[in-house]
Amino acid sequence: MSNGNGAGNGKLRIATAWLGGCSGCHMSFLDLDEFLVDLAGMADLVFGPLTDTKAFPPDVDITLVEGAVTNEDNRELAFALRENTRVVVSFGDCAVTGNVTALRNLLGEPEPMLQRVYVEHPDLDGQLPSEVVPALLPMAEPLHELIPIDAYMPGCPPSAERIKTTITALAQALIDGEPVPKATEWLFPDEARFG
Amino acid sequence: MAKQIDLHDVAHSELEMRSRYTTRVKACSSTACLSAGAGPVRQALDQAAEREDVNSDVQVVPTGCMGMCSSGPLVRVEPRGAEPTMYAQVTPDIATRIIREHVVVRKLIDEHVLDEDQPFFSRQRKIVLGNAGRIDPERIEDYVAEGGYQALAGALNDLAPEEVIEIIDDSGLRGRGGAGYPTAKKWDMLRRAEGSPKYLIANGDEGDQGAYMDRTIMEDDPHRVIEGMIIAAYATGASHGYIYVRAEYPTAVERLERAIRVARRQGLLGRNILGSDFDLQLEVRIGAGAFVCGEETALMASIEGRRGTPSLRPPYPTEKGLWGQPTMINNVETLANVPAIVANGAEWFGEVGTAQSKGTKVFALAGSLVNTGLIEVPMGITLREIVFDIGGGIPNDGVFKAAQSGGPSGGCLPASLLDSPVDYESLRKLGSMMGSGGLVVMDDSMRMPDVARFYMEFCREESCGKCAPCRTGTVQMHALLDRICEGVGRRRDLQHLESLCRTVRQTSLCGLGQSAPNPVVSTLDHFRHEYLDLLVPDVSYNGTAPSVPPRPQAPDPAVTTKGGSR
Amino acid sequence: MSRGNGRPSIPVTIDGQEAMAYEGETILDVATRIGVRIPRLCYLEGLSVWGGCRLCLVEVEDDPRYRLSCATPVVAEMAVTTTNWELHNHRRRIVEMLFAEGNHICAVCVSNGDCELQDLAAETDVDHIHYDLQHPDASVDASHPKYVLDRERCVLCTRCVRVCNEIEGAHVWDVGGRGSDSMIVAELSKPWGESPSCTWCGKCVLVCPTGALAFKGRAVGEMRHDPAVIDFLKTARDEGKWYERQEAR
Repeated sequence: MSNGNGAGNGKLRIATAWLGGCSGCHMSFLDLDEFLVDLAGMADLVFGPLTDTKAFPPDVDITLVEGAVTNEDNRELAFALRENTRVVVSFGDCAVTGNVTALRNLLGEPEPMLQRVYVEHPDLDGQLPSEVVPALLPMAEPLHELIPIDAYMPGCPPSAERIKTTITALAQALIDGEPVPKATEWLFPDEARFG
Repeated sequence: MAKQIDLHDVAHSELEMRSRYTTRVKACSSTACLSAGAGPVRQALDQAAEREDVNSDVQVVPTGCMGMCSSGPLVRVEPRGAEPTMYAQVTPDIATRIIREHVVVRKLIDEHVLDEDQPFFSRQRKIVLGNAGRIDPERIEDYVAEGGYQALAGALNDLAPEEVIEIIDDSGLRGRGGAGYPTAKKWDMLRRAEGSPKYLIANGDEGDQGAYMDRTIMEDDPHRVIEGMIIAAYATGASHGYIYVRAEYPTAVERLERAIRVARRQGLLGRNILGSDFDLQLEVRIGAGAFVCGEETALMASIEGRRGTPSLRPPYPTEKGLWGQPTMINNVETLANVPAIVANGAEWFGEVGTAQSKGTKVFALAGSLVNTGLIEVPMGITLREIVFDIGGGIPNDGVFKAAQSGGPSGGCLPASLLDSPVDYESLRKLGSMMGSGGLVVMDDSMRMPDVARFYMEFCREESCGKCAPCRTGTVQMHALLDRICEGVGRRRDLQHLESLCRTVRQTSLCGLGQSAPNPVVSTLDHFRHEYLDLLVPDVSYNGTAPSVPPRPQAPDPAVTTKGGSR
Repeated sequence: MSRGNGRPSIPVTIDGQEAMAYEGETILDVATRIGVRIPRLCYLEGLSVWGGCRLCLVEVEDDPRYRLSCATPVVAEMAVTTTNWELHNHRRRIVEMLFAEGNHICAVCVSNGDCELQDLAAETDVDHIHYDLQHPDASVDASHPKYVLDRERCVLCTRCVRVCNEIEGAHVWDVGGRGSDSMIVAELSKPWGESPSCTWCGKCVLVCPTGALAFKGRAVGEMRHDPAVIDFLKTARDEGKWYERQEAR
């Protein structure tokens, strides 16, 4: 739990992040209904679309990351949250597989897609967005292609029940000081020679 | 009924015809020499002989492969009662001089003479390729004069089918297609199989890169293959035979078809072969370019006109093969060994080779070597002898790095294994395989991960798509190798690559998939550091070490996921 | 499944469970009969054995290689272990690679929730894909008035090919291309809607394990397959028996 930088109130520090996704996973998170009250008793929500924090804070216990990595901004946030989080959860199908966000990969590089969306299809003044919005990466990729992930929560969106189960298990492990239930390791035993 | 050939007569008159010439000039007309310009050379020889008016004394014979393909076009002058001389890199001008100077005035053209005492030739032992480079493959008389079809005649006259199988069994002959299955065992299974008709197939679908052993045998000595097939059919009770040749070998197809036609006219094929009550129909079938059709079940599907994909075994072909009938598939080189074994006896054959691997093996020697070409060596010869004695070592003072045998199914052997004997068991133990006989030598300019990637790309392209691990696994393994070779691979990419090797090897349906990981596994075994050197360090975020203390070590995966049994 | 007559006479052990098998039964037959589940994808009761998915490989005692349970007949005293740590990982990798090979975007798939590939992912602990997604540019054939084929969701199990050939007798489908370019084609690669031999029977749609073959007009998650109908038909045809069966969910 928080050691120094946190609020020091003994509560877990939980964050959420919204990368290239539709925010449906966050909506499902809000569907937790009264469990949100229990959760608030056990943890502080320190970052995410539901708070007004600008920079990713240090010393976070659990971060739920929604969305695929699709632009420069996503990438920076992904690195930052990995840097500062104990348990990163790939939250929902876009983060886990790329899902709908990655459908643009079928068109290859981003340019043809941008051309189609912003130039060919608008009725008036089609032009490519260039300023203010972060540049797209060549491919929209699942989160684990970029940073190591500790747990996966598939679903489009994952049901509130599934979110509750996951958070409860992870939080309990952290509170008890147990090893976090990790995503299954699946290399063969004799392949552990990399150490 | 077709007329019956009198082998004795034919051989006799052929030898008599030969003796009328004072000099026989043999011009290699195999594919390698033809592509180096052997066609015009032969024309020049003919024209010069006519101009010099030595036509009646000199016979120009187009022959098959003389072996040292890297020095082609090759020409061999054989004066009656004198030592023969081989010429290398012959041009039409030199060909003219050979006739004018060597043949007419007995003056050698020293600068083009190829020393036939050098190890390349002297270390070889020719059984299968005994006639290659010596006879005109398009003339059955030439083959008969060298003792051809005598083994068949002997078997038909004096041996029961079981006795033929016994001879093959005693000889220890094993399949030359790569796996090394005892040939007599296969023959015996077909002999005992219930059902009629039974089929015999000669597998000439040679697809490994750089390999052209079977092509050379079929092109240079088609009658040897046919004779081997007739004996095999007699021993096993097969009444129909197919020679399955890949479409990329038009010359082999043409010569085989011609040889079959001639043999049929001479009463060596068809009904009542050589006056016996044994019948055999033979046909050439042409493949459509799929590597996997070298696999038995896919090959049979292709012959039947279906999509060339492997099917499950059992049932094995000898139980239920072509059109549901008992079928036996032998490699072309295996069958080409048969006439010599039947003619000379099992003991003679067993004198060559090792205890487990008898006889000789033909290799197509390629890569960074002074001499490349087609060689036939006794089993058990060391890799060092092949590379440095026969192959003449690495050119330009290069350093030997690895030898790749067995094509995309084989593996790479490093310099430390140069002294291992080349036979079925030794190679398999070292993580490679005999394969059909491609042998590619690499010098130290090669990066081994690139080599593995090359072979994996081949397997990816040639996977038939039927089974999931091969179809998808070769794609993923190639992608991982690609990333590593391009210098953007991470440690986990290598881990995934290794674990995929294991999955694809253990779960694929046929030999193509099961052996596709071999080049990766063997290069990893012997050249692991080359892979490790190419990896990029694990990502550190924002260029700094992670600030959060690491979580407790993950428990042993073997324990946490044991059984996956739920 | 072979419904042997007489009494089962071959003693076998599957996952420690002793059972008597009928002559000619495969490992998978016996396991299914005694309630041991072996993962599989291309196998379907009532159709010929294809052996392409390789998921039903099992360990047989004293056999150095894994055996395909859908194609290996049992022999007396055979001891089978249907899963071990290595087999589990093999299956998991194969399922992952099947996902990586196509464009399996469950969120927009008609068969979401009624999909054998999804079920297999759950069964083999696939929670994400370790491999590069291939994002193939596969085509959709919507030319048939009643059905649609989305090749991006096809796992090449060839159930449609076999059911059309073996049960319906029309042989509309076959596999075209090779390796990773393999795809299901109608009538030597014609649009399905132009197929003169398609009888509109829909059996291919019923047996499809994923959302590759679907009834037109189904929205996301609305498609329901019914592969068990094939065994029902096969039994009726071969043995003249029409057994009670439950309609698909």
